[in-house]
Amino acid sequence: MTDQHDNPIRQAIADAIASNDVILFMKGSPDAPACGFSARTVGILQALDTRFAAVDVLPDPRIRQELSALSQWPTIPQLFVGGELVGGCDIVTEMFETGELATLLHAESAAEYSEPAAADGATLQIENRLS
Amino acid sequence: MPDAAAIKARIEAAIPGAKAEVDDWTGGGDHFRATVVADAFAGLSRVQQHRLVYEVFGDEIGGPIHALSLTTISP
Repeated sequence: MTDQHDNPIRQAIADAIASNDVILFMKGSPDAPACGFSARTVGILQALDTRFAAVDVLPDPRIRQELSALSQWPTIPQLFVGGELVGGCDIVTEMFETGELATLLHAESAAEYSEPAAADGATLQIENRLS
Repeated sequence: MPDAAAIKARIEAAIPGAKAEVDDWTGGGDHFRATVVADAFAGLSRVQQHRLVYEVFGDEIGGPIHALSLTTISP
């Protein structure tokens, strides 16, 4: 790994992805999504009764910049399950419709459950959605 | 401002053998929807397939192209 020490935001994002089984980077919050694509993705996770952590990328443009550099994915939202990028709204929607998402999330929740990690200082605000 | 025909042409030019259907989702010239069929997608995950298409546009995604909704199909 290269410049992690010089890049606390990217490191915080990587840590958040690693320590939350299901984490959604979105515009706005699950209760107040700021974009239709984020809203739809949250709706799907809630329809599947999924526990997930959420990060709003809007407070600091560097969050989105560093996230996209890390994930090689240009758009928001981005859903990660088990540390892997599942995709954005289109893929999540497609996988919801085929049932693949339920299978993936079920497999993940059947694995040892770990409490979502606390936010790393003020760098990232991670909101837990333990509905 | 990008238009649907230009986006279709760029996808088809960049990905060998690709066929793309693109429409302007909102009519506003910044939200597009594309269905892309390409042999190049064979063996790739959905994430990898979408990345191939996103790579055609680089920084324009999230800029002038606010959203490009994708369906990718490996024939």
